[in-house]
Amino acid sequence: MTGIAESGRRRLHESRTVRGSAAVLAIIALAALLGPLISPHDYRDTNFDARLLPPALADLRLFGSDDLGRDLFVRTMSGTRVTLLVAVVASFVSLVIGVAYGAIAGYAGGTIDAAMMRLVDALYALPFIFLVILLMVAFERNFLLIFVAIGAINWLDMARIVRGQTLALKEREFVDAARLIGVSPGVILFRHITPNLLGIVVVYLTLTIPQAVLVESFLSFLGLGVQEPATSLGALVNNGVAHLERTPWLLLLPATLLAVMLLAFNFLGDGLRDVLDPRQHPQ
Amino acid sequence: MLRFALLRTLSAIPTLLLVIVVAFIMVHAAPGGPFADERVLPPGTASNLAAAYHLDESLPHQFWRYLSGLARGDLGPSYHYRDYTVAELIGNAVPVSLLLGALSMVLALLIGGAAGIAAALRRNTWFDRGITAIAMTGISIPVFVVAPLFVLIFAVWLQWLPASWSGGVGVQRLVLPVIALALPQVAYIARLVRGSLIEVLSSDFIRTARAQGLSTSSILRYHALKPALMPLVSYLGPAAAAVLTGAVVVESIFGIPGLGQLFLQSGLNRDYTLVLGIVIFYAVLVILLNLLVDLAYGVLDPRIRGR
Repeated sequence: MTGIAESGRRRLHESRTVRGSAAVLAIIALAALLGPLISPHDYRDTNFDARLLPPALADLRLFGSDDLGRDLFVRTMSGTRVTLLVAVVASFVSLVIGVAYGAIAGYAGGTIDAAMMRLVDALYALPFIFLVILLMVAFERNFLLIFVAIGAINWLDMARIVRGQTLALKEREFVDAARLIGVSPGVILFRHITPNLLGIVVVYLTLTIPQAVLVESFLSFLGLGVQEPATSLGALVNNGVAHLERTPWLLLLPATLLAVMLLAFNFLGDGLRDVLDPRQHPQ
Repeated sequence: MLRFALLRTLSAIPTLLLVIVVAFIMVHAAPGGPFADERVLPPGTASNLAAAYHLDESLPHQFWRYLSGLARGDLGPSYHYRDYTVAELIGNAVPVSLLLGALSMVLALLIGGAAGIAAALRRNTWFDRGITAIAMTGISIPVFVVAPLFVLIFAVWLQWLPASWSGGVGVQRLVLPVIALALPQVAYIARLVRGSLIEVLSSDFIRTARAQGLSTSSILRYHALKPALMPLVSYLGPAAAAVLTGAVVVESIFGIPGLGQLFLQSGLNRDYTLVLGIVIFYAVLVILLNLLVDLAYGVLDPRIRGR
């Protein structure tokens, strides 16, 4: 057991993909956290004498300003904060639902398992994003609702993977031993099996976060996500599109940041999966 | 096979009903009726309006009315475009969306498939790594970033193609939207095909074929390609759903009068019957496509039918 963990750790250390993408994400997160504190500007302050300024070092307007004279650097960083926050919380929601659902289905087995997984299959066929848009239209873009809605879409993959792992885990001796000394099924499931799912769950969580980033920015791009004056990367891209011809940096800067962030998340998830779970990914 | 087809078709019905119920409840639980934010109406007019649209009936009653209308293809009147029914509005918007979606899917299958096969055959060369990296980038960058960048580069800077639907004619105005919509799917398909072809090429029956002296091209044509493309068939369902989602963005960026834009507009107008109608239309489409894919899979791979 320690041998596997050790070799995993060594491979983790050697994987340039994992280290590189983790570093990129750390830099983005740090900039998003500290940027608004360092800059003299506030993301809400409009200034009609400083509209659509190009990026410049003077006055620390690194990204220029938008059509209302708001500092684009601070807005981009604060938008990154919002996007990351929504994505992490939404992924956590999908993690809780997915792990609970998958572990129960896998541990129960038999008819219960079959019925629960049939439901997952049925839900896979649904165009969820349209239901989420409907939800956003009907309920006034509630911020909390975004978390729940995105989490509610993304739990299906997690449930499938966790179920598969649970099926294998419940045949192991330590589960038999626990059952033998009279531990109740609920305790076995959540005290003994769930902790063993941690590795695989972490790997898939790093792949769930970019999906949630994508959904959040998609909704914000359509004007259904975060509402003004608060912002997110999708909302900034949307505003950039409106000023595409004369001030392209309003689009290019937030769009590049979003693309780099998503790329780094996907590389991190892929890299972690290669390192920690080689079976899932033979190539 | 008939039993398999019948079972699969029947199992699609509860899914469809689920969508209709959920969407219906969501729309009707929404705060504020369709006429709530207009100027204050005299009480008589308000109740007449509610009666005309059957909003005074109980919810189960309204649902039953909606469902029986649905069975006849009647999605009710639009609340916003007062002279049109929802079915008419959807019918007007579908052709252009269908063209856009179908062209994108064909493009994605051709280019993604070719790139995936080429990369798998040159595994671990610079070519393969290049394709893999490009595919990863294509998967990561969302349509709503790609499409505006295309407009910026090809329409604003180079001025090769029109920036919007109304600014061009014929094929010209289709080029950018179709490519933008296809790009993420090209990337997914290339990755999928590469991975599955590599797996097939390293299996025992291919080694046997090679040992018998078959050339690479006939191994591909007669043995490797069919099993390697099977995962692609099952990806067609999710791919179609992704193209539908992407179309909402692409249509709004390029100003294409298709279903995606109608959906967004009706959402912003709080045109509940229209939103509901389009969601159900999308759901039927996606579920139907998934069903077709399942059936095709059953035809192509007899092992599936037994399950």
